[in-house]
Amino acid sequence: MNLTAVLFAATAAVVGVSALGVVLSRSVVRAAVWLLFTLIGVAVIYFLLGAEFLGAAQLIVYVGGTLVLMVFGVMLTNQGPFAGIPPKRLEWILGGSVAGGLFALLVVASFSAVRSPGSVADDTPLPGIEAMGTGFLGIPEADPRKPDGDPAPPRATQYLLPFEIVSVHLLVVLVAAAYLARAKRRASEGVRS
Amino acid sequence: MNALGIQPFLILAAFLFACGILCFATKRNAIGLLMGVELVLNAANINLVAAARFVPSLKLEGQVFAILVIVLAAAEAAIALAIFLNFYNNQATVNVDDGSELHG
Repeated sequence: MNLTAVLFAATAAVVGVSALGVVLSRSVVRAAVWLLFTLIGVAVIYFLLGAEFLGAAQLIVYVGGTLVLMVFGVMLTNQGPFAGIPPKRLEWILGGSVAGGLFALLVVASFSAVRSPGSVADDTPLPGIEAMGTGFLGIPEADPRKPDGDPAPPRATQYLLPFEIVSVHLLVVLVAAAYLARAKRRASEGVRS
Repeated sequence: MNALGIQPFLILAAFLFACGILCFATKRNAIGLLMGVELVLNAANINLVAAARFVPSLKLEGQVFAILVIVLAAAEAAIALAIFLNFYNNQATVNVDDGSELHG
């Protein structure tokens, strides 16, 4: 059992236990704290897989952004600090059977993924932020020509369209969130102004 | 990483996915539902990054789409929280069972 397996087992245990904590905790604030540990554990999984930029982005965007947003949402909407709404028993049975069935299905599917070719990792590092950036901008590889003069086919790593779609989508979301969450004017003030 | 293989990552992602499904099947608080969505998206992201690591032809694709998923998840959380704030302003609760005004 090498170091990677030990690290993965520890991280997976943290992720699994805290994901269960998100599901089982009654109060939303405690669920948010469990979610914090889940997100940090997923970031560590990314680091283990060699995707350093993704791990850093996960920490910044999820832990620093989304979770803080969620805690602010809890703060602005909760009646009491630890007021929870108890779930119904029938929903636990139904949701548990659906989730268990899906989990079993995915585990069975993962066994077939192991048998398929290409499931063994080589030790070459993943393409870093530079390759991702040029891919997003639609710039072909800097030197597509092999050393022996044989022109290699340009790699089809052009993600300019998804990049643009996501950027426009972010703009729309920004405007929509600012519009939806704006401070409402009182009716009397509305008459005056 | 060679010794580990892709399967433990897939099983971990499946567990996170099942937890997310269970979360939005059982929670009544709207922000709890949002946490379930985050769990599901994280499960999908683990699958994408594991594919980037273990499938040679997906080295760039897995990471690129994982970044897109992270960005879209952040946008989704922002817009969902804005909707929940509006809902709370109108109904004075975030219990999703009370949002039945659009019933026919």
